[in-house]
Amino acid sequence: MAKPVDLRRFTGFRAITWLCLFVLYAPLVIVAIYSFNDSTSITRWGGFSLKWYVDVFTGPEAPKFRDAAINSFTIAIGAAICATLIATAAAVAMNRAGRFKGKTASLALINLPLMVPEIVTAVASLVFFITIGFQTGLLTIFLAHVVFCIPFAYLPISARMQSVPDMYEQAAMDLYATPWKAFRLVLLPLMVPGILSGFLLAFIISLDDFLITNFVKGAGVETLPTAIFGSVKQGIKPNIMAISTLLLGVSVVFVTLSWIIGRAGQSKR
Amino acid sequence: MAGGAPAGASNSEIYKGNGPKLLLPAWVFIGIFLVMPVGIMAVYSFLTKEFRGGVIWEFTWAAYDQFFLNRGLFGDEPPSIEWTYIGIFWRSIWQAGLATVLCLLIGFPTAWFIATRAAKERSVWLFLITVPYWVNLLIRTVSMKFLIRDTGPLNEFLLALGVIDAPLALVNTNFAVQLGLFYSYLPFMVLPIYAAVERYDFSLSEAAADLYASSWQTLRLVILPVVKPGIVAGCILVFVPSLGAFLAPDLLGGAKTFMIGSLIEEQFKGAAGNWPFGAAASMILLTIVMGVLLIHARAQTKGER
Repeated sequence: MAKPVDLRRFTGFRAITWLCLFVLYAPLVIVAIYSFNDSTSITRWGGFSLKWYVDVFTGPEAPKFRDAAINSFTIAIGAAICATLIATAAAVAMNRAGRFKGKTASLALINLPLMVPEIVTAVASLVFFITIGFQTGLLTIFLAHVVFCIPFAYLPISARMQSVPDMYEQAAMDLYATPWKAFRLVLLPLMVPGILSGFLLAFIISLDDFLITNFVKGAGVETLPTAIFGSVKQGIKPNIMAISTLLLGVSVVFVTLSWIIGRAGQSKR
Repeated sequence: MAGGAPAGASNSEIYKGNGPKLLLPAWVFIGIFLVMPVGIMAVYSFLTKEFRGGVIWEFTWAAYDQFFLNRGLFGDEPPSIEWTYIGIFWRSIWQAGLATVLCLLIGFPTAWFIATRAAKERSVWLFLITVPYWVNLLIRTVSMKFLIRDTGPLNEFLLALGVIDAPLALVNTNFAVQLGLFYSYLPFMVLPIYAAVERYDFSLSEAAADLYASSWQTLRLVILPVVKPGIVAGCILVFVPSLGAFLAPDLLGGAKTFMIGSLIEEQFKGAAGNWPFGAAASMILLTIVMGVLLIHARAQTKGER
């Protein structure tokens, strides 16, 4: 693609882009490096070691982190599955069902969790569960997570559905397929990349949430972010840096997966 | 990604009549677990506080009164405006606004640069910007705290270079909070601007150049109006979460850098334990945010006409 001459004159832009990447990555890279530090002082470099990773799995705090990790992953998988199902149904309605009453309001509602400030959602959820006498715990975390995962699952699913032409489904319906059959046998297979990428994003969003979880978790129930927050409040320790690096790795793997799947879906078109 | 949807797809009516049915789960979930909670919280803001958390079901304006009016230590003086909480909101708005401007200064050139690369290169740059966006915000904030600690790598590095003689006390300052907000929400600025620039038709720039416009004139008069929706969206995506941020002020700031998020949190989880007051502060925050979004929506529909 030909680049117009006048655009090349914004020469500083390349440098700013590198600066932007540097700013975004430097703190993460530094924490990752120091998580391999052998020294007991967290900043003085004492040589390479995996001892803090061993500590995460076998040290005195290991049971706490293990339970928190199990909670985190269970909730994230459950919430992501629920949010993906809800979002897929919603995407079909918004992209394949023509006009109907309440369509605009529905789109606003799906995006509402993105608009309400997280702290407000957190407080409101706590107040709600207490008012209706719902015991706060794993289930309340799960329910709250499903809600804010819905828009994150919806965005890639709906985007993908917009880019999948409906002619195959129409052909299927012409051949007397029911709407459900047309969905299951024609649209769904074409939607796989979008649905997977929506699921992965919802999963990461749930795995990462601290603020809402912190309000609705109930006493004694921890997820990884709330456990990490509790520890960090007493000062940053090397084992926290190791566990952060592990979690960072999980995020990177999932984003990369989502990216690769998304690209695969695009190139197939 | 480029090109958008084929015109036919969005006009499809294959599942005609099933729209409301398919949307029912979304309505039920978001209705019960978000809309209703916010409604109940609005009610809470008019209730009487119970000591050590909770509420008594007696309606009162006390929470809003406490927020806006100062009636003296014993509550019997003529009311004057209470500046403490308005001040906290003002500082939050200022910090969020500043973070937005800084993100725009770095984010716009970045988005522009990426959007003007060749398609293959573009997706790699975009991927690199997106990854930190998905890394846990808590971990990112902790990383920033680790980096700028008094004895952290940044200070060690500057000391070793001889730029400074004594470590800079960065943590627990407004500067640290600002840095945290900027760092947390920078990708939120880049992505929507990128999307807008990607759609920009560069033959417009060529036309401007043919008509002897300088590159800055082209930027200001031709490009900016086209990519403005992306810029506005980016600004909102940075401003709104910054305004209600909790982690950056809590971990990077101290008592002196209180923001709305910390104020609300303290009412429910901390020592203050005044739920109606926390609910009232949440309602005021929600009103500000919804106001910003409403102005944005209005401006957008106006622009489309």
